[in-house]
Amino acid sequence: MTAATGRADERVADVGLLRRLLIRPELGAVVGAIVVFSFFAGQSAVFRSLDGIANWLDPAATLGIMAVAVALLMIGGEFDLSAGVMTGTSGLILVTLATEYGLNVWAAMTVGLVVALAVGLLNGLIVTRTRLPSFIVTLGTFLMLQGVNLGVTKLLTGTVQVGGLRSASGYDSAHTLFAGTIQIGGSSFRVAILWWLLVTAAATWVLMRSRQGNWIFAVGGDERAARAVGVPAARTKIALFMTTAFAAWLVGSILALRYTSVQANVGIGQEFIYIIAAVIGGCLLTGGYGSAIGAAIGAVIFGMADKGIVFLGWDADWFKFFLGAMLLLATLANRLVRRYAEEVRH
Amino acid sequence: MILQTKGIGKSFGSVLALREVSMSVEAGQVTCVLGDNGAGKSTLIKILAGVHQHDAGSLLVDGAETRLSSPRDALDRGIATVYQDLAMIPLMSVWRNFFLGSEPRKGLGFDVRQARRVARDELRAMGIDVRDVDQPVGTLSGGERQSVAIARAVYFGARVLILDEPTSALGVKQAGVVLRYIARARDRGLGVVFITHNPHHAYPVGDRFLLLNRGSSLGEYAKADITRERLTSLMAGEAELEELAHELEPE
Repeated sequence: MTAATGRADERVADVGLLRRLLIRPELGAVVGAIVVFSFFAGQSAVFRSLDGIANWLDPAATLGIMAVAVALLMIGGEFDLSAGVMTGTSGLILVTLATEYGLNVWAAMTVGLVVALAVGLLNGLIVTRTRLPSFIVTLGTFLMLQGVNLGVTKLLTGTVQVGGLRSASGYDSAHTLFAGTIQIGGSSFRVAILWWLLVTAAATWVLMRSRQGNWIFAVGGDERAARAVGVPAARTKIALFMTTAFAAWLVGSILALRYTSVQANVGIGQEFIYIIAAVIGGCLLTGGYGSAIGAAIGAVIFGMADKGIVFLGWDADWFKFFLGAMLLLATLANRLVRRYAEEVRH
Repeated sequence: MILQTKGIGKSFGSVLALREVSMSVEAGQVTCVLGDNGAGKSTLIKILAGVHQHDAGSLLVDGAETRLSSPRDALDRGIATVYQDLAMIPLMSVWRNFFLGSEPRKGLGFDVRQARRVARDELRAMGIDVRDVDQPVGTLSGGERQSVAIARAVYFGARVLILDEPTSALGVKQAGVVLRYIARARDRGLGVVFITHNPHHAYPVGDRFLLLNRGSSLGEYAKADITRERLTSLMAGEAELEELAHELEPE
Protein backbone atom coordinates (compact mmCIF):
# COMPACT_ATOMS: atom_id res chain seq x y z
CA MET A 1 0.00 0.00 0.00
CA THR A 2 1.27 3.45 -0.77
CA ALA A 3 -1.21 5.99 0.58
CA ALA A 4 -4.01 7.27 -1.58
CA THR A 5 -1.84 8.40 -4.45
CA GLY A 6 -1.74 5.02 -6.19
CA ARG A 7 1.87 5.66 -7.08
CA ALA A 8 4.12 2.66 -6.54
CA ASP A 9 6.50 3.05 -3.64
CA GLU A 10 10.00 3.21 -5.09
CA ARG A 11 11.45 1.52 -2.02
CA VAL A 12 9.44 -1.66 -2.48
CA ALA A 13 11.10 -4.15 -4.75
CA ASP A 14 8.89 -6.26 -6.98
CA VAL A 15 8.02 -9.56 -5.35
CA GLY A 16 8.48 -12.21 -7.98
CA LEU A 17 6.33 -15.27 -8.54
CA LEU A 18 9.24 -17.48 -7.50
CA ARG A 19 9.47 -15.77 -4.15
CA ARG A 20 5.72 -16.11 -3.69
CA LEU A 21 6.00 -19.87 -4.33
CA LEU A 22 8.93 -20.08 -1.94
CA ILE A 23 6.79 -18.99 0.98
CA ARG A 24 4.30 -21.82 0.51
CA PRO A 25 4.63 -23.92 3.67
CA GLU A 26 4.66 -27.22 1.74
CA LEU A 27 7.58 -26.31 -0.47
CA GLY A 28 10.32 -27.66 1.77
CA ALA A 29 8.50 -30.98 2.21
CA VAL A 30 7.87 -31.36 -1.55
CA VAL A 31 11.54 -30.76 -2.36
CA GLY A 32 12.58 -33.10 0.45
CA ALA A 33 10.23 -35.84 -0.76
CA ILE A 34 11.58 -35.60 -4.33
CA VAL A 35 15.17 -35.77 -3.10
CA VAL A 36 14.53 -38.72 -0.79
CA PHE A 37 12.54 -40.59 -3.43
CA SER A 38 15.23 -40.08 -6.07
CA PHE A 39 17.91 -41.21 -3.65
CA PHE A 40 16.27 -44.53 -2.77
CA ALA A 41 14.60 -45.16 -6.14
CA GLY A 42 17.94 -44.69 -7.86
CA GLN A 43 19.54 -47.47 -5.87
CA SER A 44 16.74 -49.93 -5.31
CA ALA A 45 14.47 -51.34 -8.01
CA VAL A 46 12.16 -52.77 -5.34
CA PHE A 47 11.71 -49.32 -3.84
CA ARG A 48 10.30 -47.86 -7.04
CA SER A 49 8.16 -50.89 -7.92
CA LEU A 50 4.43 -50.90 -7.18
CA ASP A 51 4.98 -53.40 -4.36
CA GLY A 52 7.66 -51.17 -2.93
CA ILE A 53 5.44 -48.11 -3.08
CA ALA A 54 2.63 -49.99 -1.33
CA ASN A 55 5.18 -50.99 1.26
CA TRP A 56 6.45 -47.52 2.13
CA LEU A 57 3.08 -45.82 1.80
CA ASP A 58 1.80 -47.96 4.67
CA PRO A 59 3.90 -46.44 7.48
CA ALA A 60 3.42 -43.07 5.79
CA ALA A 61 -0.35 -43.50 6.10
CA THR A 62 -0.64 -44.30 9.81
CA LEU A 63 1.97 -41.70 10.67
CA GLY A 64 0.37 -39.25 8.22
CA ILE A 65 -3.07 -39.38 9.83
CA MET A 66 -1.49 -38.35 13.12
CA ALA A 67 0.89 -35.83 11.56
CA VAL A 68 -2.00 -34.05 9.82
CA ALA A 69 -4.02 -33.79 13.04
CA VAL A 70 -0.95 -32.68 14.99
CA ALA A 71 -0.21 -30.11 12.24
CA LEU A 72 -3.67 -28.56 12.71
CA LEU A 73 -3.05 -28.40 16.44
CA MET A 74 0.39 -26.86 15.93
CA ILE A 75 -0.98 -24.26 13.51
CA GLY A 76 -3.41 -23.51 16.33
CA GLY A 77 -0.38 -22.88 18.55
CA GLU A 78 -0.42 -25.97 20.77
CA PHE A 79 1.33 -29.32 21.19
CA ASP A 80 -0.03 -32.71 22.19
CA LEU A 81 2.57 -35.02 23.67
CA SER A 82 -0.15 -37.51 24.66
CA ALA A 83 -1.08 -38.18 21.01
CA GLY A 84 1.24 -41.17 20.60
CA VAL A 85 0.33 -43.00 23.77
CA MET A 86 -3.34 -42.26 23.06
CA THR A 87 -3.15 -44.51 19.98
CA GLY A 88 -2.14 -47.25 22.42
CA THR A 89 -4.95 -46.41 24.84
CA SER A 90 -7.58 -46.59 22.07
CA GLY A 91 -6.22 -49.89 20.79
CA LEU A 92 -6.03 -51.38 24.28
CA ILE A 93 -9.60 -50.38 25.06
CA LEU A 94 -10.78 -51.91 21.78
CA VAL A 95 -9.01 -55.24 22.25
CA THR A 96 -9.66 -55.52 26.00
CA LEU A 97 -13.39 -54.85 25.75
CA ALA A 98 -13.80 -57.14 22.75
CA THR A 99 -11.83 -60.06 24.19
CA GLU A 100 -12.04 -59.86 27.99
CA TYR A 101 -15.62 -58.54 28.16
CA GLY A 102 -17.06 -60.02 24.97
CA LEU A 103 -18.19 -56.71 23.48
CA ASN A 104 -18.83 -56.43 19.76
CA VAL A 105 -15.82 -54.88 18.01
CA TRP A 106 -17.88 -51.91 16.83
CA ALA A 107 -19.20 -51.26 20.32
CA ALA A 108 -15.68 -51.53 21.73
CA MET A 109 -14.44 -49.06 19.12
CA THR A 110 -17.20 -46.64 20.08
CA VAL A 111 -16.13 -46.81 23.73
CA GLY A 112 -12.53 -46.22 22.63
CA LEU A 113 -13.64 -43.17 20.65
CA VAL A 114 -15.57 -41.72 23.58
CA VAL A 115 -12.60 -42.17 25.92
CA ALA A 116 -10.15 -40.66 23.40
CA LEU A 117 -12.41 -37.65 22.80
CA ALA A 118 -12.80 -37.22 26.57
CA VAL A 119 -9.01 -37.14 27.00
CA GLY A 120 -8.75 -34.63 24.15
CA LEU A 121 -11.47 -32.51 25.74
CA LEU A 122 -9.67 -32.64 29.08
CA ASN A 123 -6.36 -31.62 27.48
CA GLY A 124 -8.10 -28.73 25.75
CA LEU A 125 -10.01 -27.59 28.82
CA ILE A 126 -6.94 -27.61 31.05
CA VAL A 127 -4.84 -25.72 28.48
CA THR A 128 -7.48 -23.08 27.73
CA ARG A 129 -8.65 -22.59 31.33
CA THR A 130 -5.28 -22.49 33.06
CA ARG A 131 -3.25 -21.00 30.18
CA LEU A 132 -0.46 -23.41 31.11
CA PRO A 133 1.78 -24.40 28.20
CA SER A 134 0.22 -27.36 26.40
CA PHE A 135 3.69 -28.91 26.40
CA ILE A 136 3.45 -29.40 30.18
CA VAL A 137 -0.24 -30.26 30.34
CA THR A 138 -0.04 -32.97 27.69
CA LEU A 139 3.24 -34.23 29.12
CA GLY A 140 1.20 -34.91 32.25
CA THR A 141 -1.53 -36.65 30.27
CA PHE A 142 1.15 -38.60 28.40
CA LEU A 143 2.65 -39.97 31.62
CA MET A 144 -0.74 -40.69 33.16
CA LEU A 145 -1.98 -42.55 30.09
CA GLN A 146 1.28 -44.48 29.91
CA GLY A 147 0.79 -45.59 33.51
CA VAL A 148 -2.86 -46.48 32.99
CA ASN A 149 -2.10 -48.44 29.82
CA LEU A 150 0.46 -50.61 31.57
CA GLY A 151 -1.25 -50.81 34.95
CA VAL A 152 -4.70 -51.77 33.73
CA THR A 153 -3.36 -54.23 31.15
CA LYS A 154 -1.26 -56.00 33.79
CA LEU A 155 -4.16 -56.01 36.23
CA LEU A 156 -6.53 -57.63 33.75
CA THR A 157 -4.28 -60.05 31.89
CA GLY A 158 -1.18 -60.43 34.05
CA THR A 159 0.92 -59.64 30.97
CA VAL A 160 1.80 -56.45 29.09
CA GLN A 161 -0.27 -57.19 26.04
CA VAL A 162 -3.83 -58.02 25.05
CA GLY A 163 -4.67 -60.12 22.01
CA GLY A 164 -7.08 -62.48 20.33
CA LEU A 165 -9.19 -59.84 18.61
CA ARG A 166 -9.69 -62.09 15.57
CA SER A 167 -12.31 -64.22 17.33
CA ALA A 168 -14.40 -61.25 18.53
CA SER A 169 -17.78 -60.60 16.94
CA GLY A 170 -17.81 -57.84 14.32
CA TYR A 171 -14.08 -58.28 13.69
CA ASP A 172 -14.41 -59.10 9.99
CA SER A 173 -16.41 -56.05 8.98
CA ALA A 174 -14.27 -53.71 11.08
CA HIS A 175 -11.10 -55.30 9.76
CA THR A 176 -12.21 -54.81 6.15
CA LEU A 177 -13.01 -51.15 6.71
CA PHE A 178 -9.97 -50.18 8.79
CA ALA A 179 -7.24 -52.75 8.24
CA GLY A 180 -8.05 -54.39 4.91
CA THR A 181 -6.14 -54.20 1.66
CA ILE A 182 -7.01 -53.09 -1.86
CA GLN A 183 -5.51 -54.67 -4.98
CA ILE A 184 -4.11 -52.18 -7.47
CA GLY A 185 -2.06 -53.52 -10.39
CA GLY A 186 -1.33 -56.78 -8.57
CA SER A 187 0.00 -55.12 -5.42
CA SER A 188 -1.95 -54.89 -2.18
CA PHE A 189 -2.29 -51.43 -0.76
CA ARG A 190 -3.41 -50.99 2.85
CA VAL A 191 -6.83 -49.37 3.22
CA ALA A 192 -5.20 -47.10 5.83
CA ILE A 193 -3.76 -45.18 2.87
CA LEU A 194 -7.30 -44.18 1.89
CA TRP A 195 -8.04 -43.04 5.43
CA TRP A 196 -4.88 -40.96 5.34
CA LEU A 197 -5.84 -39.32 2.03
CA LEU A 198 -9.33 -38.68 3.38
CA VAL A 199 -8.03 -37.11 6.60
CA THR A 200 -5.55 -34.96 4.65
CA ALA A 201 -8.22 -33.76 2.22
CA ALA A 202 -10.66 -32.98 5.05
CA ALA A 203 -8.00 -31.14 7.05
CA THR A 204 -6.92 -29.13 4.01
CA TRP A 205 -10.51 -28.14 3.29
CA VAL A 206 -11.03 -27.07 6.89
CA LEU A 207 -7.82 -25.02 6.92
CA MET A 208 -8.20 -23.29 3.58
CA ARG A 209 -11.92 -23.15 2.96
CA SER A 210 -13.73 -22.99 6.26
CA ARG A 211 -14.27 -20.32 8.88
CA GLN A 212 -12.83 -22.65 11.50
CA GLY A 213 -9.66 -22.86 9.42
CA ASN A 214 -9.29 -19.10 9.55
CA TRP A 215 -9.72 -19.28 13.33
CA ILE A 216 -7.06 -22.00 13.63
CA PHE A 217 -4.46 -19.82 11.89
CA ALA A 218 -5.56 -16.87 14.00
CA VAL A 219 -5.42 -18.48 17.46
CA GLY A 220 -1.98 -19.86 16.62
CA GLY A 221 -0.74 -16.60 15.13
CA ASP A 222 -1.87 -14.29 17.89
CA GLU A 223 -4.50 -15.53 20.31
CA ARG A 224 -5.20 -12.16 21.90
CA ALA A 225 -5.73 -10.46 18.55
CA ALA A 226 -8.00 -13.30 17.46
CA ARG A 227 -10.05 -13.03 20.63
CA ALA A 228 -10.33 -9.28 20.18
CA VAL A 229 -12.07 -9.67 16.81
CA GLY A 230 -14.50 -12.23 18.18
CA VAL A 231 -12.85 -15.56 17.34
CA PRO A 232 -13.93 -18.26 19.83
CA ALA A 233 -10.33 -19.07 20.71
CA ALA A 234 -10.95 -21.53 23.54
CA ARG A 235 -13.50 -23.53 21.57
CA THR A 236 -11.19 -23.66 18.55
CA LYS A 237 -8.31 -25.01 20.64
CA ILE A 238 -10.46 -27.56 22.44
CA ALA A 239 -11.77 -28.77 19.07
CA LEU A 240 -8.17 -29.14 17.87
CA PHE A 241 -7.19 -31.26 20.88
CA MET A 242 -10.26 -33.41 20.26
CA THR A 243 -9.34 -33.73 16.58
CA THR A 244 -5.91 -35.02 17.56
CA ALA A 245 -7.57 -37.46 19.97
CA PHE A 246 -9.89 -38.59 17.18
CA ALA A 247 -6.92 -39.23 14.90
CA ALA A 248 -5.20 -41.18 17.69
CA TRP A 249 -8.31 -43.32 18.07
CA LEU A 250 -8.44 -43.92 14.29
CA VAL A 251 -4.79 -44.94 14.11
CA GLY A 252 -4.99 -47.01 17.31
CA SER A 253 -8.02 -48.89 15.96
CA ILE A 254 -6.39 -49.45 12.56
CA LEU A 255 -3.28 -50.93 14.18
CA ALA A 256 -5.24 -53.03 16.69
CA LEU A 257 -7.43 -54.51 13.94
CA ARG A 258 -4.40 -55.16 11.77
CA TYR A 259 -2.28 -56.98 14.35
CA THR A 260 -5.24 -58.24 16.50
CA SER A 261 -3.12 -57.61 19.60
CA VAL A 262 -1.77 -54.50 21.28
CA GLN A 263 1.32 -54.04 23.44
CA ALA A 264 0.68 -51.90 26.51
CA ASN A 265 3.64 -49.65 25.67
CA VAL A 266 2.68 -48.98 22.06
CA GLY A 267 2.81 -45.41 20.76
CA ILE A 268 5.31 -44.14 23.33
CA GLY A 269 7.84 -41.88 21.63
CA GLN A 270 5.71 -41.52 18.51
CA GLU A 271 4.42 -38.08 19.61
CA PHE A 272 7.75 -36.51 18.62
CA ILE A 273 7.70 -38.22 15.22
CA TYR A 274 4.29 -36.63 14.56
CA ILE A 275 5.62 -33.21 15.51
CA ILE A 276 8.73 -33.69 13.37
CA ALA A 277 6.63 -34.70 10.36
CA ALA A 278 4.45 -31.62 10.85
CA VAL A 279 7.53 -29.38 11.10
CA ILE A 280 9.04 -30.92 7.96
CA GLY A 281 5.67 -30.16 6.37
CA GLY A 282 6.15 -26.48 7.10
CA CYS A 283 4.52 -25.96 10.51
CA LEU A 284 6.18 -23.36 12.68
CA LEU A 285 6.85 -24.48 16.25
CA THR A 286 5.48 -21.12 17.34
CA GLY A 287 2.13 -21.69 15.62
CA GLY A 288 0.06 -19.73 13.14
CA TYR A 289 1.60 -21.15 10.01
CA GLY A 290 1.69 -24.54 8.30
CA SER A 291 -0.19 -26.93 6.09
CA ALA A 292 -2.00 -30.25 6.29
CA ILE A 293 -0.71 -31.38 2.89
CA GLY A 294 2.80 -30.50 4.02
CA ALA A 295 2.44 -32.72 7.10
CA ALA A 296 1.12 -35.55 4.92
CA ILE A 297 4.16 -35.20 2.65
CA GLY A 298 6.38 -35.05 5.72
CA ALA A 299 4.94 -38.43 6.67
CA VAL A 300 5.72 -39.76 3.15
CA ILE A 301 9.35 -38.74 3.62
CA PHE A 302 9.37 -40.77 6.82
CA GLY A 303 7.74 -43.78 5.21
CA MET A 304 10.25 -43.70 2.35
CA ALA A 305 13.26 -43.38 4.65
CA ASP A 306 11.95 -45.98 7.08
CA LYS A 307 11.52 -48.65 4.37
CA GLY A 308 14.17 -47.38 1.96
CA ILE A 309 16.94 -47.91 4.49
CA VAL A 310 15.78 -51.51 4.87
CA PHE A 311 15.58 -52.02 1.08
CA LEU A 312 19.17 -50.83 0.73
CA GLY A 313 20.22 -53.31 3.41
CA TRP A 314 21.46 -50.63 5.78
CA ASP A 315 21.30 -50.82 9.52
CA ALA A 316 17.93 -49.42 10.66
CA ASP A 317 19.73 -47.25 13.20
CA TRP A 318 20.56 -44.83 10.41
CA PHE A 319 16.91 -43.88 10.35
CA LYS A 320 17.39 -41.90 13.56
CA PHE A 321 20.26 -39.95 12.01
CA PHE A 322 18.11 -39.19 9.00
CA LEU A 323 15.30 -38.04 11.31
CA GLY A 324 17.51 -35.53 13.07
CA ALA A 325 19.01 -34.18 9.85
CA MET A 326 15.57 -33.68 8.25
CA LEU A 327 14.28 -31.90 11.34
CA LEU A 328 17.19 -29.46 11.40
CA LEU A 329 16.93 -28.70 7.70
CA ALA A 330 13.17 -28.18 7.92
CA THR A 331 13.42 -25.89 10.92
CA LEU A 332 16.03 -23.77 9.16
CA ALA A 333 13.85 -23.52 6.06
CA ASN A 334 10.82 -22.55 8.16
CA ARG A 335 12.79 -19.83 9.90
CA LEU A 336 13.52 -18.22 6.54
CA VAL A 337 9.79 -18.21 5.78
CA ARG A 338 8.97 -16.51 9.03
CA ARG A 339 11.69 -13.96 8.54
CA TYR A 340 10.33 -13.19 5.10
CA ALA A 341 6.83 -12.65 6.47
CA GLU A 342 8.12 -10.27 9.10
CA GLU A 343 11.03 -8.53 7.43
CA VAL A 344 9.08 -5.49 6.28
CA ARG A 345 7.45 -4.87 9.64
CA HIS A 346 8.02 -1.53 11.28
CA MET B 1 -25.71 10.20 20.95
CA ILE B 2 -24.57 6.67 20.16
CA LEU B 3 -22.32 6.08 23.12
CA GLN B 4 -22.14 7.87 26.44
CA THR B 5 -20.56 7.33 29.84
CA LYS B 6 -21.75 9.02 33.03
CA GLY B 7 -19.37 9.07 35.98
CA ILE B 8 -17.95 5.71 34.95
CA GLY B 9 -15.32 4.01 37.13
CA LYS B 10 -13.30 0.84 37.39
CA SER B 11 -11.00 -0.55 40.04
CA PHE B 12 -8.64 -3.50 39.99
CA GLY B 13 -8.32 -4.70 43.56
CA SER B 14 -7.24 -1.66 45.54
CA VAL B 15 -6.16 0.29 42.44
CA LEU B 16 -8.67 2.85 41.17
CA ALA B 17 -7.85 2.76 37.47
CA LEU B 18 -10.69 5.07 36.44
CA ARG B 19 -12.89 7.46 38.44
CA GLU B 20 -15.96 9.52 37.50
CA VAL B 21 -15.35 9.83 33.77
CA SER B 22 -18.10 11.21 31.55
CA MET B 23 -17.86 11.41 27.78
CA SER B 24 -20.02 11.15 24.69
CA VAL B 25 -19.69 9.97 21.11
CA GLU B 26 -21.93 11.20 18.30
CA ALA B 27 -22.36 9.92 14.78
CA GLY B 28 -20.14 11.71 12.27
CA GLN B 29 -17.94 13.16 15.01
CA VAL B 30 -14.55 12.37 16.45
CA THR B 31 -14.15 12.25 20.23
CA CYS B 32 -10.50 12.37 21.21
CA VAL B 33 -9.36 10.84 24.49
CA LEU B 34 -6.09 12.39 25.58
CA GLY B 35 -3.85 11.51 28.46
CA ASP B 36 -0.35 10.58 29.44
CA ASN B 37 0.72 7.00 30.10
CA GLY B 38 -1.20 5.61 33.06
CA ALA B 39 -3.97 8.20 32.75
CA GLY B 40 -6.63 5.52 32.37
CA LYS B 41 -7.08 5.68 28.61
CA SER B 42 -6.66 1.94 28.18
CA THR B 43 -9.07 1.11 30.98
CA LEU B 44 -11.69 3.45 29.52
CA ILE B 45 -11.53 2.00 26.03
CA LYS B 46 -11.49 -1.56 27.35
CA ILE B 47 -14.80 -0.79 29.09
CA LEU B 48 -16.20 0.71 25.87
CA ALA B 49 -14.92 -2.33 23.92
CA GLY B 50 -16.46 -4.87 26.30
CA VAL B 51 -13.12 -6.26 27.53
CA HIS B 52 -13.64 -4.96 31.10
CA GLN B 53 -16.92 -4.25 32.86
CA HIS B 54 -17.32 -0.94 34.73
CA ASP B 55 -18.08 -1.08 38.44
CA ALA B 56 -19.31 2.49 38.96
CA GLY B 57 -21.36 4.98 36.96
CA SER B 58 -23.26 4.07 33.82
CA LEU B 59 -22.61 3.25 30.17
CA LEU B 60 -25.30 4.20 27.67
CA VAL B 61 -25.61 2.81 24.15
CA ASP B 62 -28.23 4.67 22.09
CA GLY B 63 -29.42 6.24 25.34
CA ALA B 64 -30.12 2.92 27.08
CA GLU B 65 -28.06 1.81 30.05
CA THR B 66 -25.95 -1.20 29.14
CA ARG B 67 -23.22 -3.53 30.35
CA LEU B 68 -21.06 -4.90 27.58
CA SER B 69 -20.36 -8.51 28.49
CA SER B 70 -17.65 -9.26 25.91
CA PRO B 71 -15.88 -7.83 22.84
CA ARG B 72 -18.36 -9.84 20.75
CA ASP B 73 -21.26 -8.16 22.56
CA ALA B 74 -19.75 -4.74 21.81
CA LEU B 75 -19.26 -5.70 18.15
CA ASP B 76 -22.85 -6.86 17.87
CA ARG B 77 -23.94 -3.41 19.05
CA GLY B 78 -21.78 -1.79 16.38
CA ILE B 79 -18.85 -0.82 18.60
CA ALA B 80 -15.61 -1.88 16.94
CA THR B 81 -12.17 -1.44 18.45
CA VAL B 82 -8.87 -1.24 16.61
CA TYR B 83 -5.99 -1.89 18.98
CA GLN B 84 -2.57 -0.45 18.45
CA ASP B 85 -0.60 -3.66 18.67
CA LEU B 86 -3.13 -6.43 18.32
CA ALA B 87 -5.09 -5.30 15.32
CA MET B 88 -3.80 -7.93 12.90
CA ILE B 89 -2.22 -11.36 12.72
CA PRO B 90 1.13 -10.92 10.93
CA LEU B 91 1.44 -14.34 9.32
CA MET B 92 -2.07 -14.29 7.82
CA SER B 93 -2.92 -12.69 4.50
CA VAL B 94 -4.63 -9.31 4.26
CA TRP B 95 -7.97 -10.80 3.17
CA ARG B 96 -7.95 -13.48 5.87
CA ASN B 97 -7.31 -10.80 8.47
CA PHE B 98 -9.96 -8.57 6.97
CA PHE B 99 -12.70 -11.13 7.56
CA LEU B 100 -11.32 -12.75 10.70
CA GLY B 101 -14.12 -13.53 13.13
CA SER B 102 -16.83 -12.56 10.61
CA GLU B 103 -16.10 -14.80 7.64
CA PRO B 104 -18.72 -14.83 4.86
CA ARG B 105 -20.30 -18.28 4.57
CA LYS B 106 -20.83 -20.34 1.49
CA GLY B 107 -22.61 -23.55 2.38
CA LEU B 108 -20.62 -25.04 5.22
CA GLY B 109 -17.46 -23.21 4.32
CA PHE B 110 -15.83 -19.82 4.04
CA ASP B 111 -16.52 -17.98 0.79
CA VAL B 112 -12.89 -17.36 -0.05
CA ARG B 113 -13.44 -15.80 -3.46
CA GLN B 114 -15.97 -13.35 -2.10
CA ALA B 115 -13.67 -12.50 0.82
CA ARG B 116 -10.73 -11.74 -1.48
CA ARG B 117 -12.83 -9.58 -3.77
CA VAL B 118 -14.57 -7.61 -1.02
CA ALA B 119 -11.30 -7.01 0.85
CA ARG B 120 -9.70 -5.60 -2.30
CA ASP B 121 -12.72 -3.43 -3.16
CA GLU B 122 -13.23 -2.11 0.36
CA LEU B 123 -9.60 -1.16 0.78
CA ARG B 124 -9.71 0.63 -2.53
CA ALA B 125 -12.91 2.45 -1.50
CA MET B 126 -11.10 3.77 1.56
CA GLY B 127 -8.27 4.87 -0.71
CA ILE B 128 -5.92 2.16 0.52
CA ASP B 129 -3.88 0.63 -2.26
CA VAL B 130 -2.69 -2.75 -1.09
CA ARG B 131 -0.44 -4.29 -3.71
CA ASP B 132 -1.69 -7.80 -3.12
CA VAL B 133 -4.39 -8.92 -0.68
CA ASP B 134 -2.68 -12.32 -0.50
CA GLN B 135 0.44 -10.94 1.12
CA PRO B 136 0.92 -11.54 4.85
CA VAL B 137 -0.10 -8.58 6.99
CA GLY B 138 3.36 -8.75 8.57
CA THR B 139 4.78 -7.32 5.34
CA LEU B 140 2.64 -4.16 5.66
CA SER B 141 3.88 -1.08 7.48
CA GLY B 142 2.32 -0.01 10.78
CA GLY B 143 0.20 2.71 9.19
CA GLU B 144 -1.02 0.36 6.49
CA ARG B 145 -2.07 -2.18 9.07
CA GLN B 146 -4.01 0.44 11.05
CA SER B 147 -5.69 1.53 7.83
CA VAL B 148 -6.69 -2.03 6.92
CA ALA B 149 -8.12 -2.48 10.41
CA ILE B 150 -10.12 0.74 10.08
CA ALA B 151 -11.46 -0.28 6.66
CA ARG B 152 -12.45 -3.62 8.15
CA ALA B 153 -14.39 -2.03 11.00
CA VAL B 154 -16.15 0.35 8.60
CA TYR B 155 -17.11 -2.51 6.29
CA PHE B 156 -18.58 -4.55 9.13
CA GLY B 157 -21.07 -1.83 9.90
CA ALA B 158 -19.38 -0.33 12.92
CA ARG B 159 -21.27 2.71 14.16
CA VAL B 160 -18.61 3.53 16.71
CA LEU B 161 -14.96 3.05 15.92
CA ILE B 162 -12.53 3.01 18.85
CA LEU B 163 -8.93 3.58 17.83
CA ASP B 164 -6.30 2.84 20.46
CA GLU B 165 -3.26 5.05 19.84
CA PRO B 166 -3.33 4.41 16.09
CA THR B 167 -0.67 7.03 15.40
CA SER B 168 1.67 6.72 18.34
CA ALA B 169 4.12 4.23 16.84
CA LEU B 170 4.16 5.94 13.44
CA GLY B 171 6.33 8.46 11.70
CA VAL B 172 4.94 11.86 10.69
CA LYS B 173 3.93 10.84 7.17
CA GLN B 174 2.36 7.51 8.20
CA ALA B 175 0.44 9.24 11.00
CA GLY B 176 -0.98 11.65 8.43
CA VAL B 177 -2.21 8.72 6.36
CA VAL B 178 -4.03 7.25 9.37
CA LEU B 179 -5.54 10.62 10.32
CA ARG B 180 -6.92 10.89 6.79
CA TYR B 181 -8.68 7.51 7.19
CA ILE B 182 -10.09 8.63 10.53
CA ALA B 183 -11.59 11.67 8.78
CA ARG B 184 -12.92 9.44 6.03
CA ALA B 185 -14.59 7.10 8.53
CA ARG B 186 -16.12 10.15 10.24
CA ASP B 187 -17.42 11.41 6.89
CA ARG B 188 -19.12 8.07 6.37
CA GLY B 189 -21.15 8.80 9.50
CA LEU B 190 -19.28 6.82 12.12
CA GLY B 191 -18.69 8.01 15.62
CA VAL B 192 -14.96 7.78 16.25
CA VAL B 193 -13.19 7.51 19.59
CA PHE B 194 -9.56 8.43 18.97
CA ILE B 195 -7.19 7.66 21.82
CA THR B 196 -3.86 9.42 21.68
CA HIS B 197 -1.29 11.23 23.79
CA ASN B 198 -0.45 13.61 20.98
CA PRO B 199 -2.59 16.78 20.94
CA HIS B 200 -1.19 17.70 17.53
CA HIS B 201 -2.75 14.57 16.06
CA ALA B 202 -5.99 15.02 18.00
CA TYR B 203 -6.74 18.70 17.41
CA PRO B 204 -7.09 18.80 13.59
CA VAL B 205 -9.43 15.80 13.42
CA GLY B 206 -11.30 15.99 16.75
CA ASP B 207 -14.73 17.48 17.54
CA ARG B 208 -14.68 16.79 21.28
CA PHE B 209 -11.75 16.28 23.62
CA LEU B 210 -11.75 14.29 26.83
CA LEU B 211 -8.67 14.80 28.98
CA LEU B 212 -7.63 12.18 31.48
CA ASN B 213 -5.05 12.40 34.22
CA ARG B 214 -4.25 9.69 36.75
CA GLY B 215 -7.58 7.95 36.23
CA SER B 216 -9.73 11.09 36.52
CA SER B 217 -11.30 13.38 33.97
CA LEU B 218 -9.90 16.91 33.51
CA GLY B 219 -13.07 17.72 31.56
CA GLU B 220 -14.65 17.17 28.17
CA TYR B 221 -14.41 20.10 25.77
CA ALA B 222 -16.03 20.88 22.43
CA LYS B 223 -13.61 22.13 19.82
CA ALA B 224 -15.06 25.66 20.02
CA ASP B 225 -14.27 25.83 23.73
CA ILE B 226 -10.61 24.98 23.58
CA THR B 227 -7.57 26.07 21.59
CA ARG B 228 -4.75 23.86 20.47
CA GLU B 229 -2.39 25.63 22.87
CA ARG B 230 -4.72 25.13 25.83
CA LEU B 231 -5.18 21.47 24.89
CA THR B 232 -1.44 20.95 24.66
CA SER B 233 -0.73 22.57 27.99
CA LEU B 234 -3.57 20.74 29.75
CA MET B 235 -2.31 17.55 28.28
CA ALA B 236 1.23 18.11 29.43
CA GLY B 237 0.13 19.16 32.92
CA GLU B 238 0.71 22.94 33.16
CA ALA B 239 2.21 23.05 36.61
CA GLU B 240 4.56 20.17 35.91
CA LEU B 241 5.74 21.77 32.68
CA GLU B 242 6.43 25.10 34.36
CA GLU B 243 8.36 23.36 37.05
CA LEU B 244 10.29 21.44 34.43
CA ALA B 245 11.06 24.65 32.51
CA HIS B 246 12.31 26.16 35.73
CA GLU B 247 14.50 23.18 36.40
CA LEU B 248 15.96 23.13 32.93
CA GLU B 249 16.89 26.84 32.91
CA PRO B 250 20.60 27.51 32.95
CA GLU B 251 21.84 28.56 36.38
